[in-house]
Amino acid sequence: MLIFLNHLINGISLGSVYAIIALGYTMVYGIAKMLNFAHGDVIMVGAYICFFAISSFNLPPAVGILLAMLVCTLLGIVIERLAYKPLRQATSLAVLITAIGVSYLLQNGAQLLWTSNIKMFPSFFPGQPVELFGGELKITVASIVTVAVCVVIMLALTWFTGQTKVGKAMRACSEDKGAAQLMGIDVNTTISVTFAIGSALAAVAGVLFCSVYPNLTPTTGSMPGIKAFTAAVFGGIGSIPGALLGGVLLGLIEIFASAYISTQLSNAIVFAVLIIVLLVRPTGLLGKQIREKV
Amino acid sequence: MLKVNDINVYYGAIHAIKGVSFEVNDGEIVTLIGANGAGKSTILNTVCGLLHTRTGSIEFLDKNLASVPAHKVVKLGMAHVPEGRRIFQQMTVEENLEMGAYTQSRASVDPNLERVYEQFPRLKERRKQVAGTLSGGEQQMLAMGRGLMSNPKLLMLDEPSMGLAPILVEQIFDIIRQLHKAGTTILLVEQNARMALSVADRGYVLETGKIVATGTGDELLHDEAVKKAYLGG
Ligand SMILES: Nc1ncnc2c1ncn2[C@@H]1O[C@H](COP(=O)(O)OP(=O)(O)OP(=O)(O)O)[C@@H](O)[C@H]1O
Ligand SMILES: [Mg+2]
Repeated sequence: MLIFLNHLINGISLGSVYAIIALGYTMVYGIAKMLNFAHGDVIMVGAYICFFAISSFNLPPAVGILLAMLVCTLLGIVIERLAYKPLRQATSLAVLITAIGVSYLLQNGAQLLWTSNIKMFPSFFPGQPVELFGGELKITVASIVTVAVCVVIMLALTWFTGQTKVGKAMRACSEDKGAAQLMGIDVNTTISVTFAIGSALAAVAGVLFCSVYPNLTPTTGSMPGIKAFTAAVFGGIGSIPGALLGGVLLGLIEIFASAYISTQLSNAIVFAVLIIVLLVRPTGLLGKQIREKV
Repeated sequence: MLKVNDINVYYGAIHAIKGVSFEVNDGEIVTLIGANGAGKSTILNTVCGLLHTRTGSIEFLDKNLASVPAHKVVKLGMAHVPEGRRIFQQMTVEENLEMGAYTQSRASVDPNLERVYEQFPRLKERRKQVAGTLSGGEQQMLAMGRGLMSNPKLLMLDEPSMGLAPILVEQIFDIIRQLHKAGTTILLVEQNARMALSVADRGYVLETGKIVATGTGDELLHDEAVKKAYLGG
């Protein structure tokens, strides 16, 4: 029972990281109707920035995280402007190939700058694990912080898209860019804002991910990136609550599958579940059924 | 107010608008009528900046719109209620209206909401409803209300009566008359040529991308060629 609880907590915590990454995929998809495959690599860049800030410059972790968010925000905006904006009218296949290109560019760029030697990401969460049941069940501070951060981000985004002018403009753009322009909404700026938010979240996710899996290399972002992309599709791409649900479920399935079935097969099981879900609900768990335009 | 001078619009190789010129004066209702595919929507979309002309010019309140992007045209005082309504289906009625006031100061949103709700009491009842679940007539009202939220000097309406029952068509045209009386200048595109010409001060008849006739609403209503082609004989 305690072991089960332990896996449950790990699953939710890992799933929270996936959810934060998935939010970036889903928001960008919602508005730009594209899969930003480079999103996973922005995570890696965020982790490196935080790593150097803490290890090389001895800055406090909070400053490191803020720096990582800042750099990733700029990176996201620049990627969108240079790589994707010129392709607004292009076929989705061209955009997809470009995104894959950007992904490799970031990985190779990181290799050049920082080499492919493994960097050990510092564990900076202070304090002892919280002990329950007389020390039988330990919950790490990292797990607690990760879940809390995920909840805060979800609440903030829900508020942002539901209550603020810019957030509502974002929803308007994701439904109908032409009509949004007729309202006076600057679609390009709105898309930039979306990339900025998604990339800042990627930085947060990168730091959280590396504080659990500390081996940092230029390809660190790809696996969580792919998993989170899966989570976004799983929950229903374009849906913010879907990203949360998809992320957490994915984390749980992954942890339980590797604990109770097979570590080697855990990824395969994750994708098998995804395929089954998509067969039953092609738009994902919380995805909107696409309405036919009349 | 609006001067369109010799515009030519292309969709790839398709030459959709061929040297069209017309104008709308302060306080007028002007209508563009024409068969399906004549180019009416294309003209409105070009005026509001969603499409671009290769030649000529479009002047709005003495300002050349050539280099003004679509999202900045609204701020100048032009609202376009597009064909097919294009309301934001997943947003609520009130959020749709707020989007209509996107370029307006925060302080003017509430008075504008009040005014639109007064004009369309039905929208007030449904303010929290998701717009995609409104009936066709309600969606049209919402589209018009959303256009009015920016306090436009020029309101462009693309087929506001499309797909509506006769009683609702009457209602929509009543509102058009009221807006006109209140001083809004209106550019109206309609399939329902009889209704359109009866409210309009002036009209232009469009045929495959060219203007083939123009006159006051009454003149066109009694023009033999127009009667034959657009008014059912
Ligand atoms: N996106 C497009 N791509 C290619 N051709 C187009 C496009 N939109 C319109 N056209 C063509 O341009 C011409 C004018 O179309 P437009 O929609 O302006 O007509 P309309 O007068 O508004 O017709 P309706 O009364 O049916 O709305 C038509 O021949 C149409 O086929
Ligand atoms: Mg049309």
